[in-house]
Amino acid sequence: MKRFFDAILAIVWKDLLAERRTREIMGAMLVFALTVILIFIFAFDLSVEMRRKAAAGVIWVTLCFAGTISLNRSMSIEKDREGMDGLLLAPVDRTAVYFGKVLVNWVYILLSAVIVIPIYSIFNNTNLLSWEFAGVILLGTLGYILTGTLLSMLSVQLRTRDMMLPVLLFPVVIPLLLAAVRASTIILQGGAASELHTWLLLLAGYDLLFFAVGLMVFEKIIEE
Amino acid sequence: MNRKYQNLQKIPPSLIFLDALALLALLGAFWLVIEYAPIEVEMGLVQKVFYFHVAVSWTGMLGFLVSLIASVAYLKTGNMKWDIAGLAGVEIGMVFMALCIVTGSIWARPIWNTWWTWDPRLTTVLVMELIYAAYLLLRSGVDEPARRAKYAAVYAIAGFVSVPLTFLSIRIFRTIHPVIVGGSNTAASGSFAMTDRMQVAFFASLAAFTILFAAFYWHRLRLGMFQARLEERKLELNAEEE
Repeated sequence: MKRFFDAILAIVWKDLLAERRTREIMGAMLVFALTVILIFIFAFDLSVEMRRKAAAGVIWVTLCFAGTISLNRSMSIEKDREGMDGLLLAPVDRTAVYFGKVLVNWVYILLSAVIVIPIYSIFNNTNLLSWEFAGVILLGTLGYILTGTLLSMLSVQLRTRDMMLPVLLFPVVIPLLLAAVRASTIILQGGAASELHTWLLLLAGYDLLFFAVGLMVFEKIIEE
Repeated sequence: MNRKYQNLQKIPPSLIFLDALALLALLGAFWLVIEYAPIEVEMGLVQKVFYFHVAVSWTGMLGFLVSLIASVAYLKTGNMKWDIAGLAGVEIGMVFMALCIVTGSIWARPIWNTWWTWDPRLTTVLVMELIYAAYLLLRSGVDEPARRAKYAAVYAIAGFVSVPLTFLSIRIFRTIHPVIVGGSNTAASGSFAMTDRMQVAFFASLAAFTILFAAFYWHRLRLGMFQARLEERKLELNAEEE
């Protein structure tokens, strides 16, 4: 078991080290995320009141869009430079590769959230920082990344690779996104606690489900 | 042409029988729905859409369920027949689900006073269609049959999440979509209780569309087999040329 976790951490370490040296992914994610937020604000010409109300939706959409960058990139790096073959040759359980990649992508999207949310708060003069909201972000992004890592593994193998990830991923994560947006809205603006409970359950259920799906089918995707 | 391929093209008698049975069952169900079942007091004639709407949504979801089972079986066995079975389920499921949306819209126009509304039920159905459309796109992006089958199976398993969610959406979320069978929904608009005669028509329609589904499915499986042979034959010819 320790070996399994060591393998996961080794993959996380390798990816973060490569990222620290190239700064390819985080840079692109942040610039893109901020652009999306700007587009939202101008497109809907949001008033101060509306900006507060739309905060949850805008932030979730922004995180998801930015997330596809890291999902695509972290997988196509392995594909292009034949890193995947090397990873598969390593004498460890292959699901360690999946969870390693999940963890790395999760780190990227959480880092983006940590930067984007305070910026949104400052821009729009509305306080979005709360522990409950952080909890929803953790749960929601985890489900998104579990699904996204699995599907990015598929999409990099396709002829039309970069364009296919959003097409494959977004319909599947809509239920998750919906639950995350609703739960965040209730937390940020107040609302029925019982309803919040339902949405959080849906989020947690979705995370568990895709954890299980990933565990079951991941090996099937990568074996040749 | 090779004799082996000629034989394949003949439709087996049992399939012709199934086709005829589906046609008869559909005609019978139409008669029951139009003549036998009473007209609902509040909604009037348009309520009769319900019998077809529920039946096609059932066969649509059945198609997706079949594709889930076939996909799991494919990943376990690696037998290409399961891939054909999975694709057949998705395609037929999508057609029936599209019919479900159309019939629902026809009913919703007079009853809800709109063709479409962003209700949880309607939204989840649309998401389901999108997922399976992505499934077809995914298939078209891979050339090699074995890999295509593998990726498609994985995606069908991941995408199936939307099906139970759609089915349960009127039972767990607040929605205006009525629950007629097995439960009730107080927030719904356009709900009613079925009388005995309505139930007869309802189950007849359900059975008729299920038979129709079986007939379609069989035809689609045969078509899938032909496609697979064709692909094989093309590869053979290419190999011969070289």
